[in-house]
Amino acid sequence: MSELTLQNITKKFGAITALDDVSFTVKDNEFFVLLGPTGAGKSTTLRVVCGLEKPDSGHVLLDGVICDDSTPADRDVAIVFQQYSLYPTMTVYDNMAFPLRAPGRRLPEAEIRQKIEAAAEKLRITHLLKRKTVQLSGGEMQRVSIGRAIVRRPRVFLMDEPLSNLDAKLREALRAELKHLQKVEGVTTLFVTHDQIEALTMADRIGVLNRGRLIQVGTPEDIYDRPANMYVAKLVGSPRINLVSAERVDGVFRLTEMGIELPLEDSDHLPDHFTLGIRPEDVHLNPEGKFSGEIGITEPLGVETVVHIHSQEGEIVSLASGLIQLNFGEPVRFDINRDHLHFFNSQGDRI
Amino acid sequence: MANILSSGKIGKKHLSERGLVNLFIWPTLILLILVNIFPLFYSIFLSFNNYSVIGNKLPIWVGFQNFKDLLTNEQVWNYFAITGRYALLSVVLQTVLGFGLAMLIREKFKGSGIITTLILIPMMLSPVVVGLFWKLMFNPGYGIFNYLISWLGIPLTTDWLAKGDLALWAIVLVDVWMWTPFVMLLVLSGLSAIPEYLYEAAAIDRASSWFQFWHITLPQVAPLVLIAVLFRSIEAFKSFDLAMGLTGGGPGAATRLISIDIYTRAFLGQFKTGQASALAVIVLVVIIAISNLYITALNKAKES
Repeated sequence: MSELTLQNITKKFGAITALDDVSFTVKDNEFFVLLGPTGAGKSTTLRVVCGLEKPDSGHVLLDGVICDDSTPADRDVAIVFQQYSLYPTMTVYDNMAFPLRAPGRRLPEAEIRQKIEAAAEKLRITHLLKRKTVQLSGGEMQRVSIGRAIVRRPRVFLMDEPLSNLDAKLREALRAELKHLQKVEGVTTLFVTHDQIEALTMADRIGVLNRGRLIQVGTPEDIYDRPANMYVAKLVGSPRINLVSAERVDGVFRLTEMGIELPLEDSDHLPDHFTLGIRPEDVHLNPEGKFSGEIGITEPLGVETVVHIHSQEGEIVSLASGLIQLNFGEPVRFDINRDHLHFFNSQGDRI
Repeated sequence: MANILSSGKIGKKHLSERGLVNLFIWPTLILLILVNIFPLFYSIFLSFNNYSVIGNKLPIWVGFQNFKDLLTNEQVWNYFAITGRYALLSVVLQTVLGFGLAMLIREKFKGSGIITTLILIPMMLSPVVVGLFWKLMFNPGYGIFNYLISWLGIPLTTDWLAKGDLALWAIVLVDVWMWTPFVMLLVLSGLSAIPEYLYEAAAIDRASSWFQFWHITLPQVAPLVLIAVLFRSIEAFKSFDLAMGLTGGGPGAATRLISIDIYTRAFLGQFKTGQASALAVIVLVVIIAISNLYITALNKAKES
């Protein structure tokens, strides 16, 4: 339905720079996720987009038209907040009908009813329509908030961590539903989260934000397989990527702390000292493996088990499939898959 | 176990926990019984008796005679009507003005803290003092009040406290001046508890400011407004010191609030202690009834 562009947005709160020259485009029908830790400027970005905050410089464009001076109401965007921002004195139905009854839109009641019932059906809240919002549980309230946003088919759908106040089970369920809904409805969506799993599972593209700067924009595969720097590599993936300092000596990498040496192929572009990133799933337990260590703790997760391996001074984390029984201190051998190694220079940038 | 036993021994030397509890509770309880509970029941007892504190006679049981005399007395009904009018006027004005002030003060601006504190000052003064200094201000000869309203162009420069109709308004005015800050304070605490994101969501949903006020602000502060109205109504109904200080019930009986009437019956002229007690009991029942109405409304407001 529409395209959202941010051009060189900078926003300062006093001495603090919340957003520093942020530019990106959310394409038509795209599910774009802004990922970053608390205080990265994610919510500020959303507030700038919907017009609740004015940027100090830069522009917000909707369908190529600059809308810096439009009020939140004129931008025709919908937002779902982390807190369930429902009007406490109204029923669920009235809450959802509210944006449709607002001046300047005002649809006939029959059409409103039709739209709400369709949306309620999709979100499975039909049985709640007559209730007051104070009588709802958290998950129900958030469904209603989402319902209120989708009934009017906004140009852009903004979501500010809508799932983070829900318990894990509900979050998982609503995650899949939201993604499905977005694909079916085809609404341009800007979704903000600090949860890397939400970002990876839902996004068409992800923008990684840190301290007000946009570090990397790409598909989930880009972000996971080709992180632009160590920060992104650490942010995405669970268990976290292994980062070990390494040096290049006589045609081999030496992992300094672990006493491990890896053979080297065309590594002329690498500096003498660098940081090597190895995803846990690229560390395989193997009785005939080249490297040896001792089992540290293990974390069985069901479908897989996280195994901490100690090797001399260092520790490396491996992800093994299934539940495996290993004892603390037991000797173990393992291999490292060299196809997916990540190299970072001393500034932390990808080489 | 050994610990508890040994601490029990130490307790005997100093104070057992029970003893400490008693030490805290009994002085308060005795004081309450002496100055609150005993007079209450004694006045209920006296209300059924013919008795005067200066009569040098024992109370004579007369049953409901005092109540009958009072409730068939047109004057008493008139005083109730005056009290009701006074309570209604001052509570409505205080609530409206207090709400308005709270909405204004709510926006943080430079110096809003100090202005809030200044607005709260009248509330902290003693009502008798307030009554006396407003009496000076209302004075038709040298009072500043007439000077101020003539300066504003209002042609009402007169002896406010000596005119039957105006005297009640004068008391209402002073009461509003004194107690509006109290309503403001309560409403302000309610306003500050409303989350900002409700207004933001409403702004994005194209809600008018009227809608925001009607559907967000008002429902959220309604319980606190009701509490303010409850407190102020009870206070207004038994209001005594302010009116006594300003007019003493005059001119004639134009501002004779029910509590002033009780006072007059009890301590002026005939010292009709039994009758005054009966009237006090009637007022108590009325106040309890009004409070119950409010509390029901309050519970409803909290539920929705």
